[in-house]
Amino acid sequence: MSAPAPIEHAGLRPAGEGPHVGRALPRKEDAALLSGRGRFADDVAAPPGTLVAHVLRSPHAHAMIQRIDIKAALALPGVRAVITGDDIRKLSDPFLVAVKEPLPQWALAVERVRYVGEPVAVIVATSRYIAEDASELVEITYEPLPAIIDTREAMKEGAPLVHPEARSNAVGKRSFRYGDPETAFAEADAVVELTVEYPRNSFTPMECFVVVAEYRAHEQSYDVLSNFQGPFSAHPVMARALRVPGNRLRLRTPADSGGSFGIKLSVFPYIVLMGLASRIVGKPVKWVEDRLEHLLAASAGPNRVTNIAAAVKRDGRITALRMDQMEDYGAFLRAPMPGPLYRMHGASTGAYDIKNLSVSNTIVLTNKAPAGLIRGFGGPQLYLALERLIQRISVELGIDHIEIIRRNLIPGGVFPYKAAAGALYDSGDYPKAVEIALGSGRYDALVRRRNEARASGRHYGIGFAVVVEPGMSNMGYLSTLLPHAVRERTGPKNGAVSLATVNVDPLGAVTVTADAPVQGQGHATTLSQIVADQLGLDPDDITVNLEMDTQKDAWSIASGTYSCRFSPGTAVAAHMAAERIRDKLLRIAAKQLNVLPDDVELADGKARSRSNPDNALPFARVAGTAHWSPVMLPDGMEPGLRETATWCPPELEPPSRDDRINTSLTYGFVFDMCGIEIDPVTFQVRVDRYVSMHDAGSLLNPLLAEGQMKGAFVQGLASALYEEFIYDERGSFLTGTFADYLVPTAHEVPALELLHIESPSPFTPLGAKGLAEGNCMSVPACIANAIADALRVKEVPLPASPRRIHAILAGPEAKPPSTHTHAVAPSRGGRDITGRGSFDVKASPADVWHSLLDPAALKAVIPGCHSLELESENAYRADVSLGVGPVRGRFVAHVRLSDLELERSAQLSGDLAGALGAASGGGHVRLSPIAGGTRLDYDYTVTLSGKAAAVGGRLLDSAADIVIRKFFEGLARHMATPDTSAGERFLARFWRGLAKLLGGRA
Amino acid sequence: MSEIEKGARVPVQLVLNGTAHTGFAESRMLLSDFLREVLGATDVHVGCEHGVCGCCTVLIDGVAARSCLTLAVQAEATTIETASSLASADGELNHLQAAFRKHHALQCGFCTPGILMSLTDLLRREPEPTRERVVDVVSGHLCRCTGYSGIIDAAMDAVNAGSPKT
Repeated sequence: MSAPAPIEHAGLRPAGEGPHVGRALPRKEDAALLSGRGRFADDVAAPPGTLVAHVLRSPHAHAMIQRIDIKAALALPGVRAVITGDDIRKLSDPFLVAVKEPLPQWALAVERVRYVGEPVAVIVATSRYIAEDASELVEITYEPLPAIIDTREAMKEGAPLVHPEARSNAVGKRSFRYGDPETAFAEADAVVELTVEYPRNSFTPMECFVVVAEYRAHEQSYDVLSNFQGPFSAHPVMARALRVPGNRLRLRTPADSGGSFGIKLSVFPYIVLMGLASRIVGKPVKWVEDRLEHLLAASAGPNRVTNIAAAVKRDGRITALRMDQMEDYGAFLRAPMPGPLYRMHGASTGAYDIKNLSVSNTIVLTNKAPAGLIRGFGGPQLYLALERLIQRISVELGIDHIEIIRRNLIPGGVFPYKAAAGALYDSGDYPKAVEIALGSGRYDALVRRRNEARASGRHYGIGFAVVVEPGMSNMGYLSTLLPHAVRERTGPKNGAVSLATVNVDPLGAVTVTADAPVQGQGHATTLSQIVADQLGLDPDDITVNLEMDTQKDAWSIASGTYSCRFSPGTAVAAHMAAERIRDKLLRIAAKQLNVLPDDVELADGKARSRSNPDNALPFARVAGTAHWSPVMLPDGMEPGLRETATWCPPELEPPSRDDRINTSLTYGFVFDMCGIEIDPVTFQVRVDRYVSMHDAGSLLNPLLAEGQMKGAFVQGLASALYEEFIYDERGSFLTGTFADYLVPTAHEVPALELLHIESPSPFTPLGAKGLAEGNCMSVPACIANAIADALRVKEVPLPASPRRIHAILAGPEAKPPSTHTHAVAPSRGGRDITGRGSFDVKASPADVWHSLLDPAALKAVIPGCHSLELESENAYRADVSLGVGPVRGRFVAHVRLSDLELERSAQLSGDLAGALGAASGGGHVRLSPIAGGTRLDYDYTVTLSGKAAAVGGRLLDSAADIVIRKFFEGLARHMATPDTSAGERFLARFWRGLAKLLGGRA
Repeated sequence: MSEIEKGARVPVQLVLNGTAHTGFAESRMLLSDFLREVLGATDVHVGCEHGVCGCCTVLIDGVAARSCLTLAVQAEATTIETASSLASADGELNHLQAAFRKHHALQCGFCTPGILMSLTDLLRREPEPTRERVVDVVSGHLCRCTGYSGIIDAAMDAVNAGSPKT
């Protein structure tokens, strides 16, 4: 089989005569969405009496759960249940995991919490407001444990273990070797090496997770509506966890979904959780995730560290690649992880003709939220490493970057091309696509702009990225992580089934359903174009319903909207089903028109004779025969008009004995070129020019195709410059709002020049390939390369925020000088706030000392204190109210005094925990007599975690040092007031200061 | 200003898309929750509940506002407009909506109602805004699907076609 020659064009083809497929047709979905008539999961009516759930989450990155006291929460009117890990463990099993190491995860934390935001309890109540009130009354005692956050540190001997029973944080290691990389490295003229880190982020759909679950006790089944996106390989995982066969987990998806980008796969543990909650309370339960929960714990792309090396010849030709990939999946390995390590595996050599390859993959566990599906899925991580390496080769060999690309690209005319690790690239002409993109003066103009900028001393760089974009994953790719012998034992997985159904009703109206839940891509429009072409109808005549119902709709393990499987998969199944309906109608019409079936065509809403177009019947009349007059149908024909087609391309074979795997069915091509400039004052990276060339095979609807590319472009830009989930070294999560987690707005988006060529895929009947992920893969690499070029640096950390660029240009920032005579300016590492100082008090050391140890005095002076009790000698427990900005909550504080030296010094330590998060801290107070009073020297450290750190961080950053300094200054001033003892006031202000620090009403 | 006791549910009267409504709300209830759950206005979308994303934007007495940063009781005696008021009664899209469709300015459509309301406010006050001004207004909203360029093009198209029918 050889691929057809590519069709070249820039921009969109005009609408016109000919088939509907290929036209830039506006969407049939839009009218309802533009009128506010979308039917999103939270808009769909829940049964009367449905209760509402709120998830209470861990404020600690790593801790043992010692005790959960739910009494007070249960006593609140409107609360129906408070569910904990113990309840969940009785009714369900841990989720299935892809590796052999024991990494059990239930829908709620059992015994141990492993990341900030991990669900610990569920409160079910009559309203969300009541459920959230009750969450503050659940009292949980944790024993904090050391957390491990850094990927490389986690792999070291002696690191805290996320799953002690797994005995290591590095699991599922595998190495692969293709060709003869050792000889190639030994014979290389040069070896170019680089370490590249891909950051952790998400694409945060604007609609968060929604689950409405009902347990049907009489049939022991679960009926769930959720904005789940697939893959439906997660369905058996959920059913197994719920201990029911698949037919007793009915999962339905709504008509509309507010974006997904892979993220809404990760609603699946909550589907199980809410199913169990419904079972426990005996009522339907609804849960709508809020944005803090979503940022904190919904899902993330895994961050990856790659050590990559190339064996190169003097002329820039690459003879071998070596990659050591360490991917950080957070605290659990949720199905289908570690997908991103293996999804690109067959295409590890990208667009380059490199025969020798070695790859080693390690799954790393840390105390961060679990990673999941995300647009690009392994591609951004792979290409950042590979494309940065290509740029480094150009620098180290002194050859132009674009020349290194040209000398290594897979040439035209060799497709289908078998890549070293097994991918079978279906079609393309990479050199041609690159030259078109560089041409028409585009590259020359960019070089000119760089030269001009540099001549005037500005930082300007040019970047390139070359990407092979997979579409429609082979379900066998993940089994590459198992050795061949194990694969043989467990049965070789492979293929990918797509399903679509075309139904024609008795009056000839056509409905299409398919196995791809809605996320906003416009699939209903595309499917209507495909089916309309086969049936001679207008796309407006076709109704497409993409709601899914696992009890009624045709689906298989690969179903879902992910990994660009729509165009090469679902669209093909719809095309096949429509062809079958067409053929059936042609036979029916032939009989009625008295002609041969070959002479009949469906066109303009009619079945007509090609040779005598006047001999025609309306489409509805012919279609109706199959319903109204089944006896009159041609011999042997089944009555009715409903066809479900199953598409499973034969190219998706299981991994071979030597671990070669054709990871996807289609492989598009993307070539990006950009010019960036770095602002000398703000250190912001400004994208000056961006050109992106795509070859996605035949475009089914160019308007929608470009929409996907533009959307992916901005998500790639976000990964390159803005978005990052930030944890401090103790695992506190610091980006819990959209003011901390920076999603680009219209202001940040540069112009994008899109170019296309079309090399139809020989492996799909419509010639189409997947196309929605390429720019997520290419843009981070292209911009990183441009920054490397602008700054002439080897390391380009992403996202390349002004802070990081500044660090490259200016070196580490100097600490600001202290302006206080006594106190040292507080400094901060992560969310630690530390400081020290001293002041003089007009009271005797004995008075101060006495108050420090008197519970009655303490209770009177602690603001917001509801109760204070002596737990043991010099250990107090206080129930206090504090707030972070507008959010207030109750906390339980434990304060201990230790290392007491009578009237001289004491160590003060304690913690504060509540629904808003936790703070822990310690301090040292020394008293020394001076003339007329006491000198008090102090130092302190306060660490925040949980919600307080995630949403309060920004406020604390700017306010903390001022507040603390003012607190101690004010303390020194006020100790002299005569009406109470000095010691009481010292402690009052200490507490008030802490309250202020937390934004309370001190 | 009268004081509302904690936990008490008080009547809130307002005009939503031309129809007078009365519903009951606790003092702490957000306007976004009130519109969706009490009055059934599911075209008001909730995306972040901290005022950044703009999904919940409605017009309160003609001015675009975040309904998640407004309490229901603050909306007493106001006139509120949401996206479902933009098309004509028989479903015909106005200039702005039609331009959104033409320019593929929406994909999942979740952020769209809020963006339409901000642009409606803009185009009523400033019928001929510059492109920069439109970018400025749209930058008050987050959209994850489109990359914004279609939205800006659509808004400029609507400017050129004349202000939206309202």
